[in-house]
Amino acid sequence: MIELVNIHKSFEGKNVLYGVNLKVEKGESVVVIGGSGSGKSVLLKHIIGLLKPDMGTVMVDSTDLSQLDEDGLHEIRKKFGMLFQSAALFDSMRVWENVGFGLKRHTHLPDSEIREIAIQKLKMVGLVNVEDVMPSELSGGMRKRVGLARAIAMKPEILLYDEPTTGLDPIMADAINDLIIKMKEELKVTSVAITHDMKSAYKIADTIAMLYNGVIITKGTPDEIKNTSDPVVKQFIEGSAEGPIVLEGVER
Amino acid sequence: MFVKLIEYIGAVIEVPIEGLGRLMLLLASVLKWIFRPPFEIRNIFRQMLELGVKSLPVVLITAIFTGMVLALQSYTGFKRFGAEGLVGSVVALSMTRELGPVLTALIVTGRAGAAIAAELGTMRVTEQIDALETLATNPVKYLVVPRFLSGTIMLPALTVVTDIVGIIGGYFVTVILLGVSSKSYLRTTWDYLETEDIYNGLIKACFFGAAFSLISCYKGFYTKGGAEGVGHATTGAVVLSSMTILISDYFLSAWLFK
Repeated sequence: MIELVNIHKSFEGKNVLYGVNLKVEKGESVVVIGGSGSGKSVLLKHIIGLLKPDMGTVMVDSTDLSQLDEDGLHEIRKKFGMLFQSAALFDSMRVWENVGFGLKRHTHLPDSEIREIAIQKLKMVGLVNVEDVMPSELSGGMRKRVGLARAIAMKPEILLYDEPTTGLDPIMADAINDLIIKMKEELKVTSVAITHDMKSAYKIADTIAMLYNGVIITKGTPDEIKNTSDPVVKQFIEGSAEGPIVLEGVER
Repeated sequence: MFVKLIEYIGAVIEVPIEGLGRLMLLLASVLKWIFRPPFEIRNIFRQMLELGVKSLPVVLITAIFTGMVLALQSYTGFKRFGAEGLVGSVVALSMTRELGPVLTALIVTGRAGAAIAAELGTMRVTEQIDALETLATNPVKYLVVPRFLSGTIMLPALTVVTDIVGIIGGYFVTVILLGVSSKSYLRTTWDYLETEDIYNGLIKACFFGAAFSLISCYKGFYTKGGAEGVGHATTGAVVLSSMTILISDYFLSAWLFK
């Protein structure tokens, strides 16, 4: 369904991705783990074409994104839903207008119907009676839920999650994990999440891949990752400051 | 030494040249999307309201006082050589040819240009612009085109108001406060004012509107680096727009009013 082949990307001379290869099968849930600044977000933005690789190809449903013009890219983006780290809700619009944004842009449905669909999607992510609220009045967890409702409103085949549990309390984080699993089971979506929250990764992933020094250094099921012998992966999943991983800007 | 000098000059001009290039690319993209349906009618009207109608109070106050002080200064000055009868034409010509378009543009830049840069800048740093793209919506078409169009349309409209209100302000001071006869003020206003003065002023206003809205959108759209970045974008938008307005004003005037 999604295939990244030898992706290279650098910003102002700094190499972020250095030959990333990653394959995601239809219906699979892949979680990419990696430290802060390891390029996880950059990787995710390549999948939906927000960033273009300096070298390498991104294939979605056997289509090479680099071969698409702007309209083609928009068409392929309709297959996607993306939940941003900060939810990225449009703060000038009410909650239901946020959720219904894609429908408003790409269908001819009347507002009343879009509102109904938005309310139904909000209910799916566990929110009721918030449709007329402005995003600024919501808590962090609720914003993420609205972001998720917006991401699923157009019935996407692929859902991308950018740090879905970051910044949430442990209980809310787990509730979001449950929602991600629910989306996968009920909507049969393919999903790619990036996170450094290992608890979340173990819970939602079919496959975990670790990004380190600009490449995917390992890929496996959660059990395989838990029992890894790779010292880098081991250090990361155990969350230890001691080990082979060099923390950027920190002297030891 | 010589190579160092060249390197230094290169480093100094690289950033503005690159910026100018990106601004022109944004303009090209705006011009491309303006003519492609669906037209963002509702969005355009909302921006016209935001940028034009809501600027009215501050534009009105600026216009009336500018007309008044212009009349007062020229009356006292002209009186020295007995030309106080010409106050009406000085006010009318200054307002329509110069002060109307330029002051309106500067005031609207300070108000709406800053707001545009801050809004788009915040949308950029909070990933709302990325979110638009993931929802298969072109952000230039959705955000920049409506602001650019409403800037280009509303600035001449506001300038018409400034011209009229400025002349009324001049009338108030000259006729009511300084006691010049109403008939003579109105006659000198109309006698020397030509339609060319008015529409050349409006052409300038059109250009200023396009310039400030494009620059403000550009600054907001390419904001980097959190709250501080938004601050820089906002200041940058106002400074660069104002400079562009004042500098282009000279060249436009030299070209239009031959």
